[in-house]
Amino acid sequence: MSDSTQKGSFGVSGTGDTSGFGGLVRTAIDSGSTERPYGGYFDSVADDLERAYPEFSDAIERVVVDRGELTLHVKRERLVDVARILRDTESLRFEVCLGVNGVHYPDQAGRELHAVYPLLSMTHNRRIRLEVSIPDSDPHLPSLVELWAGNNWHERETFDMFGIIFDGHPGLTRILMPDDWPGHPQRKDYPLGGIAIEYKGATVPAPSERRSYK
Amino acid sequence: MTTEASSRETTEGRVYSVTGGDWDSLVTEIGQTKEERVVINMGPQHPSTHGVLRLILELEGETVTEARAGIGYLHTGIEKNTEYRTWTQGVTFVTRMDYLAPLFNEAAYCLGVEKLLGITNDVPERASVIRVMMMELNRISSHMVALGTGALELGALSPMIFAFREREKVLDLFEMISGLRMNMAYIRPGGVAQDIPLGAVTKIRETVKELRHNFKDNEKLLVGNSIWMKRTQGIGYLDLAGCITLGVTGPVLRSAGMPWDLRKTEPYCGYENYDFDVITTDTCDVYGRFLIRMQELEQSLRIIEQACDKLGNLAGAPVMVADKKIAWPAQLSVGGDGMGNSLNHIREIMGESMEALIHHFKLVTEGFSVPAGQVYATVESPRGETGVHLVSDGGTHPYRVHFREPSFNNLQSTAAMSEGGMIADIIGAVASIDPVMGGVDR
Repeated sequence: MSDSTQKGSFGVSGTGDTSGFGGLVRTAIDSGSTERPYGGYFDSVADDLERAYPEFSDAIERVVVDRGELTLHVKRERLVDVARILRDTESLRFEVCLGVNGVHYPDQAGRELHAVYPLLSMTHNRRIRLEVSIPDSDPHLPSLVELWAGNNWHERETFDMFGIIFDGHPGLTRILMPDDWPGHPQRKDYPLGGIAIEYKGATVPAPSERRSYK
Repeated sequence: MTTEASSRETTEGRVYSVTGGDWDSLVTEIGQTKEERVVINMGPQHPSTHGVLRLILELEGETVTEARAGIGYLHTGIEKNTEYRTWTQGVTFVTRMDYLAPLFNEAAYCLGVEKLLGITNDVPERASVIRVMMMELNRISSHMVALGTGALELGALSPMIFAFREREKVLDLFEMISGLRMNMAYIRPGGVAQDIPLGAVTKIRETVKELRHNFKDNEKLLVGNSIWMKRTQGIGYLDLAGCITLGVTGPVLRSAGMPWDLRKTEPYCGYENYDFDVITTDTCDVYGRFLIRMQELEQSLRIIEQACDKLGNLAGAPVMVADKKIAWPAQLSVGGDGMGNSLNHIREIMGESMEALIHHFKLVTEGFSVPAGQVYATVESPRGETGVHLVSDGGTHPYRVHFREPSFNNLQSTAAMSEGGMIADIIGAVASIDPVMGGVDR
C-alpha cells in the first residue's frame, strides 16, 4: 500500500502472472494543476479569492478540479490568511469548516503529511477544499481554531492519528487514543496489528499479512 | 447502613471515590471543607451520558462553571481497518460507526466510492429509491432512540417504551429487506446488495400507517407536558452563530432557525424528486430540537410513501449498476442466518461456467480498482452532515477513509450549551445533541 508506484497485484511477484492483474500499475496521486476554465462556480471562487487576496499566486501552489470538486493547495505559511479571507469576504463566505483530515503519503519526499479542510458556504451553497502538505520532519501547521471553533476536536484527532502539530491550538492533546499511547495509528508506517487465527490445524494470517490484501 | 466514601489527598486537592450507597458520608465530608469548587467526573459508565461518554464538570454548588467531554472509549480503528480491505468490504466496516444510523454511513461511503469511480449517474433509479426509503426508515428508528432515551435520561420512562416499540417495527422491516436488523451492509458501491423481497412494499405501507397512528402516543405524553417543558425549554441554548462556528449541523442547527438540510440543498439519491418539508424552530433549546425530531418523523413517513409509489412503477428494474467489473456477480438472497449467495448462482459457477467462477472469485477476493483521486461525499444523517473523505491510489483498497461524523463534531458544543447552567440540565443538553458514541469514536 505504501509504495507510490506498485506493479501487479494480488501478491504476484517474480513468478508468472496467474492473476491477470500483472499489468496493473498504481501510480502516486499527483495530478498537476488544472487549467482554466474550471467550470461551475469554481471560476468565480478563484476570481473572488484573487481579487480579495493579492498574494494569491504566491499562496496557492496548485488549483485542482477533479470529479466536480475544487481543491486549493495552500502553502502552510499562508493557510490562516487564505482561510480568513475565504470566511470573511462577502462573495466567498465559507462560514463553515467541516474539520480537518490528515493523509499520509510516505513516498512524497518533503511533503509526506497532507491536511485537508473541507469548507462549506451556506450563504452560496458551495463547497471547496483546502489542502496543505508539510514535511514529516517538521510536522507543524497553524491552528484554525481561532477562525472556526469547531475545528478544535478535528485538529486534536489529526494530531492523535498523524502527529501533525497544530500551533496555537488551545489544548492539543490526544482525543481518541489513550493519553500515553505511543505512535500515531493512521500513518502508513504504523502497522494494523492483529493476530493469526488457528483453527483445526490451518492458520488464517492477520488481515495486514493476508496475500490478497497486500 | 451507610458506608464511608473513600478519599485521598493529591496535589490537586482531596479526591473522593463514590461508588453509590456512600452519599451521606460524602455530603458530610464535603460540607466540612471550605472549598466551594468541586470537580466531578461523570461517566464513562453512567446511565445518563448517552453511551460511554465521560463528562468532567467543574461545579460551584449546582452551577456548572466548566464542562469538558472526554471521548475515545469506543475507538475501534474502523478507518484504519478499511485500508486493508476491498472497497466493497469497507461497507461492512463503516456501517458499524454510527450504529443507530448504519444506512447513512453506508450511503455516504458508497456515494463517495461511486463518485471516485465516476458511476454516480449509472446507479439504477430503483436502487436510489430503495436507498432513500431505507434511509428514511432508518431516520425514524434513530429518532425513536433519540426521543426515547432522551426522555428516559430526564426521568420520563414511558416515552421510551413507546419509542422502542415503534423502533422494533422498523427493525423488522430492515430484517425482512436486508436479512439484518442493524449493521446490514445493504447499500453497496453501485447499488444495493439485493432487491426488496416480494410483499415488502405492502408490509412497509402497513407499517407506515401503524407508525403514523402510534407516534401520537409519544406526542400526547410529551408535547405540551408542563414537567417536560420545564426540563427542556430554554435549556442547552445554542444560537445560530454558535452553531456555525462550531460546525454544528442537523436538528441542533435547525433548532436555531436555519433551514439547512442537505436533502434540499445538495440533493443526492434523487431527493429532489420527493415532496417534504424542512422542519425548523427558533428556540435554540432542547425543547425545539425535540419538536424538530418529532415532526421529522412525519416527513420521513411522507418520503417513504412516495418511495413506495415509485417502487411500484419500477418493478423488475435492476438494483445494481450494469458494469460487471463492479457489480457483485450474484444477487444475494436472504437465508436463514442473514445474507448469502443465491442457489441459482452457486449452481451456475460450480456446475456450468468456469469463467463465471473465476470472475466471481477475483471480484470477491481482490475487488475492483478505483481510479486515483480524492472526493468528499455527504448525506444528511439524523444527526447532521455525515461527510466522507475518500482517497484512492488507484488500487483495490482505499488509501484513506475518513468520516466527518456529526456526533463527533456536535458533541463539542456540550460546553457552550451547559456552562453557566445547572448540573441537571447537562443531561438534557447532551441528549438533545443525540451523540452516538460509536460514531464519535469510530
